Amino acid sequence: MAPMFSKGFLPTPRHFGYHMNTVGICAAAMVCFWAVVAVIGPMLSPYPPGEIVDFDYYGPMSSTLWMGSDYLGRDIFSRILMGARYTVGISLAAVCLACFSGVVLGMTAAVVGGWLDTGLSRLLDALNSIPSKLFGLVMVAAIGSSIPVLIVLLGVIYTPGAFRFARALAVNINTMDYVTVARARGERTGYLIAQEILPNITGPVLADLGLRFVFIVLLLSGLSFLGLGVQPPNADWGSLVRENIGGLPFGAPAVLMPCLAIASLTISVNLLIDNLPVKIRDRSE
Amino acid sequence: MNMQISRLVLGRLGVAFVTLLIVSFVVFAATQMLPGDVVQILLGQAATPEAVAALREAMHLNDPAILRYGHWLIGLAQGELGNSYANDMPVADLIGGRLANTLMLAAVTAAVAVPLALFLGITTAMYRGSVYDRIITMGIVAVISVPEFMIATLAVLTFAVWLKWLPALSFANEVTSVTEMLRVFAMPVITLCCVISAQMIRMTRAAVIDALKMPYVEMALLKGASRRRMVLRHALPNAIGPIVNAVALSLSYLLGGVIIVETIFNYPGIAKLMVDAVSTRDLPLIQTCAMIFCLGYLLLITLADIIAILSNPKLRK
Repeated sequence: MAPMFSKGFLPTPRHFGYHMNTVGICAAAMVCFWAVVAVIGPMLSPYPPGEIVDFDYYGPMSSTLWMGSDYLGRDIFSRILMGARYTVGISLAAVCLACFSGVVLGMTAAVVGGWLDTGLSRLLDALNSIPSKLFGLVMVAAIGSSIPVLIVLLGVIYTPGAFRFARALAVNINTMDYVTVARARGERTGYLIAQEILPNITGPVLADLGLRFVFIVLLLSGLSFLGLGVQPPNADWGSLVRENIGGLPFGAPAVLMPCLAIASLTISVNLLIDNLPVKIRDRSE
Repeated sequence: MNMQISRLVLGRLGVAFVTLLIVSFVVFAATQMLPGDVVQILLGQAATPEAVAALREAMHLNDPAILRYGHWLIGLAQGELGNSYANDMPVADLIGGRLANTLMLAAVTAAVAVPLALFLGITTAMYRGSVYDRIITMGIVAVISVPEFMIATLAVLTFAVWLKWLPALSFANEVTSVTEMLRVFAMPVITLCCVISAQMIRMTRAAVIDALKMPYVEMALLKGASRRRMVLRHALPNAIGPIVNAVALSLSYLLGGVIIVETIFNYPGIAKLMVDAVSTRDLPLIQTCAMIFCLGYLLLITLADIIAILSNPKLRK
């Protein structure tokens, strides 16, 4: 009965390099697939995404329309390929913005310390306690929705989380002897951040970037689903679900397919992070 | 209750209050960024300049922003929420019944989700590593990584389209009998339960597993206690604090879920009201709804923190 209670069980690593299990490799392949589709997807699509190709609306899957047709008779497969560009592109830009500002602020707060640290932490914690969907709603109501606005908005919403994560890591590194030595040598704050702290937190920060990417994809899809995200005639995956929600009572593939596209992306990013090589992931603990 | 605990709790309440002020400032500032003149919108194109000027004066729009913020905040505290721009009804009247609907939905969801999540969380921790545990854990990862509207969509597909047990998206306004009410509530509640119990199960499982790693549990194992006794009698009482904390935190996920669920099922609650207000840019309504949501969210988070403080045995004397 005891396996659940045996503690301190550590398998001897067979590979000392970066080894990943099967689930991780499958997840990585899926993520790469969507990344490629986001770049070259529209070239692969069988029909132009805005063209009405079916006289029937909410058509079923067929050999010519692989994923059926939407509420106007447009090809869903082509629209999903096109939507990948918006969903992946906007989320990627937003997560880079959030993590860049969060990590820079977090490392600065940890290295400088004092009132700057306290002030930044308090302010960003307060921002963090506004529910993200609500913050998105209010801001979209105030400034309207366009792609640059969405990128900055999503970036700002997820900066406090990235800040908190990076600061916690940087505070740990900051107490190391080699940082003290560098400080005693008289190095500047900029050097300490870029040369001593950053190289030692890169792995966990990248893993955190992946998780935050999932949150951003979910929030962006949620906003688009409410009609406040990407505006027609463009459509990301969330907008595709919104457009075709009328087909839900008939079980039309036009509703289900964009949902599955979102799920395949977010679940595989999550699985990829969970199965990252131990060398990268375990530094975060 | 010693001095240290009361100081920590008071400190936490203070932080919550300051946060609420910052939040109210952000909400006010965001709605001030709106382009266009409110008075022009209210009075229409044909308004005379005198009427516009008089209304501006009456609405304190000529005052500096910080004064208007003060006015708004005091009004909010006194329950004077202003009138809706869209139909000129008092915001309080619009919100009243809607808020009750949303609270009812939240209460029913919590009543279903909390016991279910606690049961699943504790049993998965008990049988950690078993097939049962692995299936539940996989399910949680799946639920956490998909958007709320997808769970709602799948629920509709399963229960309304394939099984034909429940009506699809139509939401009856008049609910006459108990069975009808159950049918109407079922789908939103199922969706919200999935959304919030996933987090709750995960955190409960982690809390119980942490408690099971303690030396006294090993002691119980060595003296020959059954697994059930070990978990229920030795580990669980010490995991109560983190578990209640997890429950309060997970309930705050209701907010995000409720916005999507009320929209998709056309449920006449306050989140639907707010989404509609955003599309008509009805500022007083947006401000009030946003403050209500933030207040609820902060209450739950603060409650979770206070429970964590109170349940810390190191602070007990």
